[in-house]
Amino acid sequence: MENDAIIKIENLIKRFPVGKTEFTALKNVNISFGTGEFAGLVGPSGSGKTTLLNIIGSLDSPSEGEVIVLGKNVSLLTHKQSAVLRNRHIGFIFQTYNLLPVYSVYENVEFALLLQNMSGSERKKAVMAALEWVGLTEKVKSRPSMLSGGECQRVAIARSMVKRPEIVLADEPTANLDSSNSHNILQTMKNLNRELNTTFIFATHDEKVMKYLNRIISLEDGKVVKDLLMPDSKN
Amino acid sequence: MIKFLFKGILRDRSRSLLPVIVVTLGVFLTVFMSGFMKGVYGDITELNAKFNTGHVKILTRAYAEIADQIPNDLALTDVKKLMTKLHADYPEMEWVQRIHTGGLLDVPDSVGETRGQGQVVGTAIDFLTPGTTEVERMNIPKSLVKGSIPTKQGEALISDEFATRFGVSTGDKLTFFGSTMNGSMTFKTFVVSGTLKFGNSILDRGSIFMDIRDAQLALDMDDAASEVLGYFKDGIYNDLKAQQVENSFNSRFSKKDDEFSPVMSRLVEQQGLGDYLKLADSANAIMSFIFIVAMSIVLWNTGLLGGLRRYSEFGIRLALGEEKKHIYFTTIYEAVLIGLIGSVVGTALGLGLSYFMQSHGLDMSKIAGNVGMMVPSVYRAEVTPGLFYIGFFPGLIATVLGNGLAGFAIYKRRTSQLFHELEV
Ligand SMILES: Nc1ncnc2c1ncn2[C@@H]1O[C@H](COP(=O)(O)OP(=O)(O)OP(=O)(O)O)[C@@H](O)[C@H]1O
Ligand SMILES: [Mg+2]
Repeated sequence: MENDAIIKIENLIKRFPVGKTEFTALKNVNISFGTGEFAGLVGPSGSGKTTLLNIIGSLDSPSEGEVIVLGKNVSLLTHKQSAVLRNRHIGFIFQTYNLLPVYSVYENVEFALLLQNMSGSERKKAVMAALEWVGLTEKVKSRPSMLSGGECQRVAIARSMVKRPEIVLADEPTANLDSSNSHNILQTMKNLNRELNTTFIFATHDEKVMKYLNRIISLEDGKVVKDLLMPDSKN
Repeated sequence: MIKFLFKGILRDRSRSLLPVIVVTLGVFLTVFMSGFMKGVYGDITELNAKFNTGHVKILTRAYAEIADQIPNDLALTDVKKLMTKLHADYPEMEWVQRIHTGGLLDVPDSVGETRGQGQVVGTAIDFLTPGTTEVERMNIPKSLVKGSIPTKQGEALISDEFATRFGVSTGDKLTFFGSTMNGSMTFKTFVVSGTLKFGNSILDRGSIFMDIRDAQLALDMDDAASEVLGYFKDGIYNDLKAQQVENSFNSRFSKKDDEFSPVMSRLVEQQGLGDYLKLADSANAIMSFIFIVAMSIVLWNTGLLGGLRRYSEFGIRLALGEEKKHIYFTTIYEAVLIGLIGSVVGTALGLGLSYFMQSHGLDMSKIAGNVGMMVPSVYRAEVTPGLFYIGFFPGLIATVLGNGLAGFAIYKRRTSQLFHELEV
């Protein structure tokens, strides 16, 4: 797995300007992820989990060090190239779902495909397939405001998966969900992980999430303090 | 993608409604105000043309210098010949002669003694030639309060106010005292055929309207007239054509060193009407400009507020792989859509009200009372082709400008900053 690493991070340092000084959020991080991993970043609040996910997703750039995603050095990407990387290869799932409120479930899922030059019929097939994975084919016309939290998060999963990305980055996806919804969501993602061989990386505090992970990376104060494989993860 | 954005605008009322209302209202006001101003200015000009200036006016050079003193000793002579030439050489215009004079009107009692006397302004026009256009031009049929329009020589119309003040009724005989072209005293007795009220304080206080031939006889102006006026036959002033006629006429008939030679001037050269019309145009331009600036500021702010509310939307679109530049352009597309909707609706409303005000008008005569200026009593709008774009483009420009500025503030923010808005 280490050989065909889909994400490779070497000596990553991330500093944020805070007033006149700087705050170092990531201090010399070295990790790799292989294809098909179901991995999690855990650690106390402020340890740098979100920062690391954002850099992997090329929403933010490293201050120092190298981050190679799908063979591309994210520091060297143009705006356009990193947009294409996100659009085609990386899915995001957030704690607060972040669905577009004025659009229907169908349209929310369809949006990413509108940015690609995909024909209408292809788009429709892809969207319906994604909604089927998360079991929401009945709700295509609903607006996010009419859905429960669990349903919203399933729409967000469909949205991240519809383009069949190699990598899905999920930041606290279960934090706003009750226990049964959390399990449902995680089961859905685990199934997709197995069927499509998509790499999932979570940032989480949630014990329930950890049970599903097959690798747990602990961050503390911007440093990786533990990196454990979980052979006996759920399913 | 456009369809997608359009759906978003339609559904997110808070994003579209206020800007659309602002644009609609602004465009509506601009279109209507401009149509209304155009109409009123046009009416004022036309009214002045009819009563005073003509579309072009011919006076002697000397008369023109001191025209407000009505110096009939300097009046045009040889008018018949002049009129013949004008009709032959400038057939696109209608030519009429008028005489202005001043004097006293004497009201006798039953035995012929003076019962009262009042100062009057005398105007002599062609009442009697069959097919004369002057009666309509001076709006006499509509201004008639009592009696009828003169049908034979020796009949005259006087202002109703004068008639009321001195207890004159139609059919009474009055004597006009004035001075001839040569400066000697003269008088002529008229039968009052009717009374007039124009809604203009100067004309209504004391005036007498007589036939031009009566005036020529009474004032020893047999082949003379105070002025000759030219009107375009379609009734619409055309400055370019007027200029051609003016240049041609002056080069042929006007001699610089002869103060009794005739000289022609256009409507816009008289009584500051030209400046007045230019003022009207620049007032319109200034209004449109202020409108663009004010609307841009309002829309900039609504755009900023809308943008703030939409940070999370922009963040998620970034995360989904939309380029920041593209997001910025989509906000411009949206502005164009909103600007189009507002401008179309606003222009339609403005044109609608302008049409209404063109056909119905706003009757100010009761509100304004008697005014000294030559102003119309009914204010009408005028629908011109200009109205179709005078509000439309400013509306569109203001929306795009306002949203562009607002979008730029968002655009300048770093991607990661926008994205951080996603976290709660
Ligand atoms: N744009 C920024 N500017 C300045 N400091 C930042 C910025 N983004 C993150 N930080 C800081 O970096 C540190 C790590 O933040 P990060 O969001 O990665 O933590 P986290 O592990 O995701 O925490 P949580 O579990 O609360 O989500 C925090 O101390 C945070 O204040
Ligand atoms: Mg976080």
